[in-house]
Amino acid sequence: MQRHVISVLVENEPGVLSRVVGLFSGRGFNIHSLNVAPTLEEGVSHMTITTFGDSVILEQIMKQLHKIVTVIKVMDYTETHAVEREMMFVKVQAEGPMRGEILRTVEIFRCKVIDVSHNEMIIEATGDYEKLEAIISLLQRFGIKELARTGSVAMRRSKKQTD
Amino acid sequence: MHYTGAQILLESLKREGVEVLFGYPGGAVLDIYDEIPRHPELRHILVRHEQGAVHAADGYARATGKVGACLVTSGPGATNTVTGIATAYCDSIPLVAVTGQVPTALIGNDAFQEVDIVGITRPCTKHNYLVKDIRKLALTIRQAFYLAKSGRPGPVLIDLPKDIVQAKTEFVWPEHISMRSYNPTYKPNLNQLRRTAEEIGKAQKPVFLAGGGVIMSNAAESLADLAQTLQIPVTCTLMGLGAYPATDALWLGMVGMHGAYAANLAITSSDLLICAGTRFDDRVTGKISAFAPNACIVHIDIDPTSIRKNVGVDVPLVGDCNLSLQGIRDICAAKFGSRNWAEDHAGWLNTVREWKKSKPLAYHHSNDSIKPQQVIETLFELTGGDAIVTTEVGQHQMWTAQFFMFTKPRTLLTSGGLGTMGYGFPAAIGAQLAFPDKTVIAVAGDASLQMNIQELGTAVANNLPVKVVILNNRYMGMVRQWQELFYNNNYSATSMEAQPDFVKLAQAYGAEGYRIDSSENLLPVLKQALSTPAPAFIDVVVEREENVYPMVPGGAALDEMLLV
Repeated sequence: MQRHVISVLVENEPGVLSRVVGLFSGRGFNIHSLNVAPTLEEGVSHMTITTFGDSVILEQIMKQLHKIVTVIKVMDYTETHAVEREMMFVKVQAEGPMRGEILRTVEIFRCKVIDVSHNEMIIEATGDYEKLEAIISLLQRFGIKELARTGSVAMRRSKKQTD
Repeated sequence: MHYTGAQILLESLKREGVEVLFGYPGGAVLDIYDEIPRHPELRHILVRHEQGAVHAADGYARATGKVGACLVTSGPGATNTVTGIATAYCDSIPLVAVTGQVPTALIGNDAFQEVDIVGITRPCTKHNYLVKDIRKLALTIRQAFYLAKSGRPGPVLIDLPKDIVQAKTEFVWPEHISMRSYNPTYKPNLNQLRRTAEEIGKAQKPVFLAGGGVIMSNAAESLADLAQTLQIPVTCTLMGLGAYPATDALWLGMVGMHGAYAANLAITSSDLLICAGTRFDDRVTGKISAFAPNACIVHIDIDPTSIRKNVGVDVPLVGDCNLSLQGIRDICAAKFGSRNWAEDHAGWLNTVREWKKSKPLAYHHSNDSIKPQQVIETLFELTGGDAIVTTEVGQHQMWTAQFFMFTKPRTLLTSGGLGTMGYGFPAAIGAQLAFPDKTVIAVAGDASLQMNIQELGTAVANNLPVKVVILNNRYMGMVRQWQELFYNNNYSATSMEAQPDFVKLAQAYGAEGYRIDSSENLLPVLKQALSTPAPAFIDVVVEREENVYPMVPGGAALDEMLLV
């Protein structure tokens, strides 16, 4: 079960999110994360969906998405050169001697501490899926109290001149 | 010119070529109904239940190839259309359903007769709309019809709030229509056509499998032309019946769970299976891993999602069935010239003919009772096949598919994908409205008919001489058959012993009623009933526990058939 990042351009109209989400639930596909926001072009929104599935399922997901009348374009970024980032906030237990170690981890991953109290810190992290997973696994031993992730956004890389 | 929403709706329907509008009024659509009498060229047919309106529009669409249209009110009017819409969706039938809605300001407030019909029908329509701006109404209707009939056809729903119907705006009809997010592929890929021709050149045991898409794209002639030129035997799915003449020598019979022995065996043994406009329903394939195991599979379909959804495909061909079949014909003609296909395929054709001869569709005749299959055969004999036949769902549907020799497209109207009991009778009403002079027969089971029996009122009110032939076994026959075969004869809740007197019931509505309970009466009474200009119920008392054979049990391979 491979992880796939799918980018979908849709007509920004009422119900379009419902159509996409309903497709996934109705056909038993799984949505791991979903991100939606308007683009520069008026009336067009960009969704980034991450999902897990084999190639047959992915092919169906792509085709079914494309079949939705208000979907303009569907791209699979799994095999292409694309940049992918997501952002998360981690509220982590941070007492006494632990604080130094947490701050070192924050530094290594180039995260930011955006809120701090006597016994907690909120860490802001940006990165691809694997990086955020790594940060979570390292912070887990301090005690994660709350976690909020945005889901991925992705974009195809520009063609290099040597390509 | 400033029009109200109601006027825009009716004017737009006319511009889209709608001649018959099936509907049922109610609070939210009163303004539309107020306008209807001023548009006599748009014939409104008042049904007795909104489900009947959708099925009738569906039957009209299947029989004519045009877009069917219906109009209902909000809330329960709208929810009553859902089964009909889902039926059309499963069988890719072009129709536009207009539902009334509470005024825009009340939407979301749980108003009287409010329901989120756009939300409810999202997964069973090709697309749907809630019109919130009257200036978009004409465009929305234009788009709805365009979507319904183009690409892979399907039902489209338009939800019209009452204030939009009452509002006024300038009526501008958008002549040109295009949608950046919707561009169905009609033209098949040339390389894939060439690959198909190559496979045809190599094949020893080729078979054509045609589905409803062949009928939809008016490709029956192209199919017949290609099959007869290349001397390749043909089978159809239930939805495809009529796409190839069942009287032709290359005809194998229907494929699938209740398919013909020769058809199922031919598919299993084939080395090339050219499928057109079929989506490999589980009732067609049987066990997927044993479906055409040795065949190169060519799959023509206008909907890319159909390809490789259920069955692995060697040559995917996205495009219109008609254009694709013509493309294959042209390439084969250029590539193989005057190759003698009859000689090349002689061995294979012999084999399938032997199968047809050794295990034809059959049933045991009886002196004591009427066999349901016999009724269908008699109907075929009496009409010479020149009739539009609709069915409900169940045993009678399969017997009709097996024993009525359909030779022309759009002559069998049946709910294939969703399997909707209650479809056939209202669909027959729709077909009869489209073809007032044709013989239209609804073959029904006694259980199915009772699901939309109220539409007899519609038939009588509009002088529609639909003939309902009831194969009456006082059971839900198909469910009973499964209970007999797979549930130890435990006939749980399938007996329909308590039933109305269908003859008297027909008469009570002002229609004609006939009962046939002996074999001698079958032909003469059917003949008499078919010739009456009135709608009629013909209640044929048939053998109670007759089963449909051949039968591929659920989950078994196509060649593992239970035979008579």
